[in-house]
Amino acid sequence: MSELVHLLGYSFVQNMLLAGVLVATVAGLVSRFVVARSMSFAVHALAEVGFTGSVGFLLLGLSPVLGLLSGSFLVALIIGALGLRVRERDAVVGLVMAFGLGVGVLFLSLYGRYATEAMALLFGAITAVSQGDIILMVVVAVVTIAGLAVMYRPLTFATVDPIVAEARGVPVRLLSILFLLLLAAAVAEAVQVVGVLLILTLLITPGATAERLTSHPGLATLASVSVALLATVGGILLALLTGAPVSFYVTAIAFVLYMGARLGAPALARLRSRGANSAA
Amino acid sequence: MRNDGRKPRAAGPRGVPQPPDGPAMCFDLATLAYGDRVVWSELSMTVPQGEFLAVLGPNGSGKTSLLRALLGLTPLASGSLEVLGRPPRRGNPAIGYVPQHAGFDRDVPLRGRDLVALGIDGHRWGFGRLSRDDRARVESALEAVAAGAYANEPIGRLSGGEQQRLRIAQALVGEPRLLLCDEPLASLDLRYQQEITELIGGWSRDKGGTVVFVTHDVNPVLGYADRVVFVVNGRWAAGSTDEVLTTATMSNLYNAPVEVLRVRGRIVVVGEASGAGFDIDEPHHFPEPAGVHHR
Repeated sequence: MSELVHLLGYSFVQNMLLAGVLVATVAGLVSRFVVARSMSFAVHALAEVGFTGSVGFLLLGLSPVLGLLSGSFLVALIIGALGLRVRERDAVVGLVMAFGLGVGVLFLSLYGRYATEAMALLFGAITAVSQGDIILMVVVAVVTIAGLAVMYRPLTFATVDPIVAEARGVPVRLLSILFLLLLAAAVAEAVQVVGVLLILTLLITPGATAERLTSHPGLATLASVSVALLATVGGILLALLTGAPVSFYVTAIAFVLYMGARLGAPALARLRSRGANSAA
Repeated sequence: MRNDGRKPRAAGPRGVPQPPDGPAMCFDLATLAYGDRVVWSELSMTVPQGEFLAVLGPNGSGKTSLLRALLGLTPLASGSLEVLGRPPRRGNPAIGYVPQHAGFDRDVPLRGRDLVALGIDGHRWGFGRLSRDDRARVESALEAVAAGAYANEPIGRLSGGEQQRLRIAQALVGEPRLLLCDEPLASLDLRYQQEITELIGGWSRDKGGTVVFVTHDVNPVLGYADRVVFVVNGRWAAGSTDEVLTTATMSNLYNAPVEVLRVRGRIVVVGEASGAGFDIDEPHHFPEPAGVHHR
């Protein structure tokens, strides 16, 4: 415990935790919509081509974090332009992902050296992120949260009830594209904590766990953000204490929370109906 | 495809004093097409406010397109359309919309009352919390469709009839003057069909609201419809049920021998074009009428 207090005194640890909190908030909010819109495949494509972008930027001597953002934004635009309908989307996402990763392999071989920064992105290495990149992460997170706050209600309508939403004048197509762009930012953020290969732990698990716990939309969003925060902050702290990778702890905590919700939900429902009966 | 001389004249407003913004809808030689494919052409029909219009015809004949035109989602290829005295526009708050029942996913985190609340503020930007007034409106909308008992249940766990009741509450919570319903009875059993039709018809009767009710089967709405429009193969006929659903009119419309039977208060349309009978309840089995250009 005293070791933890000691660690928390370092400014780089504080910055990392701040970035972790913001990333987790973004991931928790976005995750609700990723689950409801069945977009886990798209999340993977955004992350993998983000990896290609970061290697590309390294080749040019630029910031890999900026490369990550550029790569996933590019994919978001391509998916937005080519495949918004669900059936189309899977095919478009698949081919963009394969080609994008192919380009990444080429970049890696051109880079020649062992690309530590890029490889770190595969499994996540928030501990290796520079101070400048942390500032960039904070800025992107704040913009993403603000964007989601503005879109929240019509996006919810368009997600759960697209036909009626369109009839009521909600710009369903525009919202799909805007959400893809926000998702690209969220993915680029989360990749730095858990890595490309483990991205779904922050973008699927929180939303999926929340759905198990409640059907109240506001509470579900709160639960989703809480799961993401617990996993991210808990993961960072445990990693600092033990020296094991952050991504291991984040995925482990997320997994445990999901299983807990899954197994605990029936008990929760029983409890609730008992409460309702005794109140009646 | 021209309809000259084939269609019964649309009945005019029946002397009911109309609110200042004119009829609920007025189609004038309206043609709707997707690219080269004409869905229906030169539709002319005026529906006064307070009427119940049933839109009939087989699948794919452009019934839903008619609703999309009224909603301002699909522009006409030619002709004109006015809704409550103005051109159609997206997001018109005077229009409520009830879609076909398509079951919600079991796990969608949305309760019945949340669905209804989306009818008030779902289109507004921002995070949003309902005001006290809006919450009261949600409550009274739930009450009006007798959905209070299951308003807090996850919507995906409710029966089709319960979901459709909530849909109606969602459409009516914004106090529309025009209610568009797209096959609201599809895949519901008979009891729910009657309940849902009575909710919609009762609203029109009590509030003087106008209903456009798309259905492939006229029978559930026979006691409610003031007027019907039947669309098939790009052509149409409009008027009262008795004017349109006759052997002469339907044969004209299909350009093939069609017989309209009234059996125990039900209307059955039987075609003999292919030698086999078909029924208006079974739109998939309509034979292609010989000699009529399809769509």
